[in-house]
Amino acid sequence: MKTTTRTTCPYCGVGCGVLAETAADGRIEVRGDPEHPANRGRLCSKGSALAATLGSGNRLLQPEVDGIKVDWETALASVAGRLRACMDKHGPDSVALYVSGQLLTEDYYVANKLMKGYIGTANIDTNSRLCMSSAVSGHVRAFGEDVVPVEYSDLDQADLLVLVGSNLAWCHPVLMQRVQAMRAQRPEMRLVVIDPRRTATSEAADLHLPLRSGSDVMLFNGLLVWLAEQGCIDAAYVAAHTSGMEDALGVARAASTDIAATSQVCGLDAALVERFFAMFAATSRVVTMFSQGVNQSSVGADKVNSIINCHLLTGRIGRAGMGPFSITGQPNAMGGREVGGLSTQLAAHLSLDNAAHREAVQQFWQSPAMAHRPGYKAVELFEAIDDGRVKAVWIIATNPVVSLPDADVVRRALSRCPLVIVSDCVDANDTLEFAHIKLPATGWAEKDGTVTNSDRHISRQRAFLPAPGLARPDWWIICQVAQRLGFTTGFNFDGPAAVFDELARITGLSRRFGMCLDLQGISGLSAQQYDALAVSQWPVPASTTRPDRPFSDGQFSTPDRRARFVPAAARGPRHAPTAEYPLILNTGRIRDQWHTMTRTARAAALNAHEPEPYADANAADLATAGVAPGELLRVVTRWGAALARARASGDIPAGMIFMPIHWSEQFARESRVGAAVNPVVDPHSGEPEFKHTPARIEAVPVEWQGFLLSRQRATPPDALWWAHSPGDSVHRLEFAGRGAMRPDAMWLKGALPGLERADWIEFDDAVTGTYRAALLLDGRLEACLMVGARRSLPGRTWLASLFAQPTLDPADRRCLLLGRRLDGIDPGQTVCACFGVGANTIRLAIAAGCATVDAVGKKLKAGTNCGSCRPEITKLVAATRA
Amino acid sequence: MSGQGKRHFVCVLDDILDGGGVAALVDGEQVALVRVGEEIFALENRDPFSGANVISRGLAGDLQGQLVVASPVYKQHFNLRNGRCLEDESVTLRTWPCGVLDGRVWIEALPQAATSTRGKRRLVVIGNGMAAMRTIEELLTDAPDAYDITIFGAEPRGNYNRIMLSPLLAGETDREQLMLHPLHWYSERGITLHVGDPVVSIDRRQKRVISAAGVAVTYDRLLLATGSDPVRLKVAGHDLPGVFYFRNLDDVDGMQKQAADAQRAVVIGGGLLGLEAASGLRKLGLEVTVVHIRDRVMDKQLDDEAAGYLRASMEARGIAFRLAANTSAFTGAGRVRQVQLDDGTSLDAELVVVAAGITPRTELARSCGLHCDRGILVDDTLQTFDPAIYAVGECVQHRGATYGLVAPLWEQARVCAAHLAERGVTRYRGSSPASQLKVSGIDLFSAGQHASNDGTDSIRYADRAAGVYKRLWLKDNRLQAAVLFGDTRNAGWYAELIEHQRDVSTVREMLLLGEAPVAGSAA
Repeated sequence: MKTTTRTTCPYCGVGCGVLAETAADGRIEVRGDPEHPANRGRLCSKGSALAATLGSGNRLLQPEVDGIKVDWETALASVAGRLRACMDKHGPDSVALYVSGQLLTEDYYVANKLMKGYIGTANIDTNSRLCMSSAVSGHVRAFGEDVVPVEYSDLDQADLLVLVGSNLAWCHPVLMQRVQAMRAQRPEMRLVVIDPRRTATSEAADLHLPLRSGSDVMLFNGLLVWLAEQGCIDAAYVAAHTSGMEDALGVARAASTDIAATSQVCGLDAALVERFFAMFAATSRVVTMFSQGVNQSSVGADKVNSIINCHLLTGRIGRAGMGPFSITGQPNAMGGREVGGLSTQLAAHLSLDNAAHREAVQQFWQSPAMAHRPGYKAVELFEAIDDGRVKAVWIIATNPVVSLPDADVVRRALSRCPLVIVSDCVDANDTLEFAHIKLPATGWAEKDGTVTNSDRHISRQRAFLPAPGLARPDWWIICQVAQRLGFTTGFNFDGPAAVFDELARITGLSRRFGMCLDLQGISGLSAQQYDALAVSQWPVPASTTRPDRPFSDGQFSTPDRRARFVPAAARGPRHAPTAEYPLILNTGRIRDQWHTMTRTARAAALNAHEPEPYADANAADLATAGVAPGELLRVVTRWGAALARARASGDIPAGMIFMPIHWSEQFARESRVGAAVNPVVDPHSGEPEFKHTPARIEAVPVEWQGFLLSRQRATPPDALWWAHSPGDSVHRLEFAGRGAMRPDAMWLKGALPGLERADWIEFDDAVTGTYRAALLLDGRLEACLMVGARRSLPGRTWLASLFAQPTLDPADRRCLLLGRRLDGIDPGQTVCACFGVGANTIRLAIAAGCATVDAVGKKLKAGTNCGSCRPEITKLVAATRA
Repeated sequence: MSGQGKRHFVCVLDDILDGGGVAALVDGEQVALVRVGEEIFALENRDPFSGANVISRGLAGDLQGQLVVASPVYKQHFNLRNGRCLEDESVTLRTWPCGVLDGRVWIEALPQAATSTRGKRRLVVIGNGMAAMRTIEELLTDAPDAYDITIFGAEPRGNYNRIMLSPLLAGETDREQLMLHPLHWYSERGITLHVGDPVVSIDRRQKRVISAAGVAVTYDRLLLATGSDPVRLKVAGHDLPGVFYFRNLDDVDGMQKQAADAQRAVVIGGGLLGLEAASGLRKLGLEVTVVHIRDRVMDKQLDDEAAGYLRASMEARGIAFRLAANTSAFTGAGRVRQVQLDDGTSLDAELVVVAAGITPRTELARSCGLHCDRGILVDDTLQTFDPAIYAVGECVQHRGATYGLVAPLWEQARVCAAHLAERGVTRYRGSSPASQLKVSGIDLFSAGQHASNDGTDSIRYADRAAGVYKRLWLKDNRLQAAVLFGDTRNAGWYAELIEHQRDVSTVREMLLLGEAPVAGSAA
């Protein structure tokens, strides 16, 4: 007997529907919900592996105060008591909440309500600040409200899709597949990718514009000017529904007079620019989709507006198949925006700066103390903690020591902060190390509430597992603390349905002030109705008629109902490269990890794709720094440094270094790229410039490198660098270092206790510094250590596969310390995470005649489940057949 | 000097060492080709003073302004240009026109009366063991009709496989299967075999041997293959009944009989033979203790760790060890009952096997005046100091080395047979001390000198549970020695690498972890 729970994926902003099926024996399988409009049954590699992330291992199961495990009563009393003491002594602005786009809307709502309406400060900000606040600013400035005026179905109808600063194929794979499927159906549909990097997305594009980092505004200003000059202005629309076109055009013309000037400033071939401009001009149904490459910039808001300006100029907004489309990176960034989770917002899209809005919200809440000015934005908040203006911080469901820019300052700030409270579902991360009070929160599979995805669809997240230990939902924890702070009336919700109902009702204020956000149609739900709530796209007015899409009538949320052209001056990134820091550090996601890996690293299959932190750079830049691909390097900036394995994929333009954002101190030593990122922010949105930090590469000479594969997680060696990649049957530990602390038999014995009885196989060559050992217990492989010069290290994939054998095959045993079967091939780095298919295996299949991705899939199954790896297989097909 | 006869290209110049020579057979004549610098001289190979074909092995040089070659036998000097003997001008060797063209050595054979066809010559072989018989087999292949062959053997049987004595002791094989050359084999080939009748004297002047039974046979060529004797322990009680040496079929018979009413056995000697004996006796159900004078078994072939593996694996089969122990006496009334060790302890034993090494049997050679040291001295053609007498096997000493394993014997037999067949251009240059062994069913391999400490480093692989241990010693990335336990698949590769001293820096990792490259590809 299977129980099926319909819920929502907790990763990116696509917001895929998920069916969690619990078998009678408790085994859980997860698959895509074929009825969900966001994904229609599809899931990416991360979503497909959700079941593997469950389980109670490494979970925070009991509250802790000052390192002592306590019951909830004690913990809540401590939280409330210490917060109250801080507020009483230093005022409400001395306390802050730092929350997360992974909170459910209900959690978010009560957190915001507590701070802005009861404690009376707007010092609540969220990691969404790091991700889409520039889009929020852009929307508010242009539309008068943070509204995404496009939906996924528009992708099906667009004739031109322009992707700006988005590696959709890796970061929103389900949307990429939707786009690719549509392009296969409608070959006339064009895809343009604007990204300095060559990515899995750009490889699929009809046109790739590898523009100079940070020059997006110049490109879209150039487009705006060119469209105007080519007579592409929708004069009627501009006249009827917009304001400020001339100002915007004037500012744009100042820098981008023609294609030649635009090409030059963007570092692009003029012919490419002309083709793009011509395509844009000639295509009515054009969706410009943008993501972190646009948002994470000191001119992020201007980038957003420079894009929106082009759509306003051509009247391509508010209709099917067109519009500017912000695609968010977190599952509930949008829900957070609706409840006012940013320090600059009020609930229901209302503004903190607006006295009438404040009054209306306070009226609604009947609350004692309204915040009356915006609070600290994320980066400012930790600066305020660092210099002591904020003395108590409660961090919920996020890991700022890893994810914020200038992350070593964040670490210092938390180490100085008199009161750090952390709510999390894991028992160890880089931020929890600084917590005075730890509060165990429920995780995805245990949570009940709602999330809003990138195209305004509200979906239920439903629990299908009981909360482990003493873990509690975040909304409950916040309400309990609020009540102990004395705010009894505003927080006596009996469940998430009650919280949601209040949110739905408060959107009436939004409507009252002329905004689009409206959930009144789904207010007043009983707990049962809430539980059964179908996927709903807002606005959901109380009336039963289905409303048109936002802005379809040309009426915007501004006081004059006109959309505003926002002049976007051509400013580059704040810090230009210098002689000392001649390169640009760019950061981003990889396909199979999510944020700081606290969840995705629990799924073995996801760790195989990129098991260690790397820095991808142009081969020439690596050579200049004296680093060969595969060697350890240090990316150094004015703010900090991070270690990584050097790579020269060929995807990165000269002058740039790309590093993934995911690695924390839990998984690698000194590989937190956040430590090296400049804390520069956009003046409007406060979003950090993650994509552009002047940097240099330093060689890190090592005398030895190696890896340990082990059934149990091993204590890392005291090495210069290490990276740990967990797995089901095998953990992988990479390391490199200098000096006498080279991992050897002695170290191995200490790192893996409990293997005293094991049989050892050893290989030793003192001259080359090679030491290899394997430990077997009753014939089963328990550990395999390989130390030597890098070139002498064997591949990991085959060795790792041996851990699945109950007893080692004698032929495998003989080759064990060689690291490969003499009669077989190493499967290579995992490409297909769903079926565990390696690059070498795929190359062989291609060489044996599989000429297409589908042929490879037919033979190896690779790419036939979630499809996230199809771009990589495409690349392998091209490379192998070239 | 040339133009009358036919030119034969016989070899390339580099085949002949400066100051040395080779012999060539040209139109049925043995010709000594002697090289001095880039110049080549051709002389009659037969030394008229000794009657032996040895001039090609003489040393060439300058003597009182003349280029000469010295006979290796009685040291007379012959002028290389005209063949005249410096010590006795009445004697002159024939010379041939010769020279070097494009690096190749030619000789011009002058038309001459063909040498008379000699009748079949007589070859007498002393010894009927594996070395002797391998040489005969090779000889019969090379020159089936060159000799009338007579063989004397001390044991009353044909040639058998001595290596199989241990399985025979253990009852794992029977005598039938040990026989390599049953008696009919000899008769079918017209070979006269005297079994159970050792030769007791050699008359070199008359080229004649006399056996214990009084059989006298003359020879043109004599082959000594007298083998070796076990080292005798000269301790009290060494002649007690129940004390055996482990050398031949009779020893095995005796041991098996004794084992029938024995429960405990002591084997003196932890070398290959001793361990084999111990293993065999254990399989017969006896409690066995090996007493070894050194602190590790097979100390000549194995390093400490491999010796430890071997010992452990034999201990696992119930064999006990007393290492670094000296035997001081065998005691017992009427038969051996105890082995006394010099630390004062004693071991009960109803059966004692002494396998404390071997010494070459040289008495016969010495008695006829052949030069012997530890063994019978032979040169690179296995010839003794008497050009008519050759020697092979465990009885010989070559370039200072004596051998007790079978592989060098095979190499010696090959070279010796070629020279007996008068096709001799091959040389025996000594066997690398590589030995592929099987002890008690375990594959072992040992090659090179692993004990040296002069800047050598080593690579080691150990899988104790699987019973595999391998270690290679290298110097400047050139393989010096190898010890393998339990897995000897790559032994041939290592032996070759040791011999050719190839740089292995590019395959260092593969040396122990990989497999030998396919034949023909570079190492």
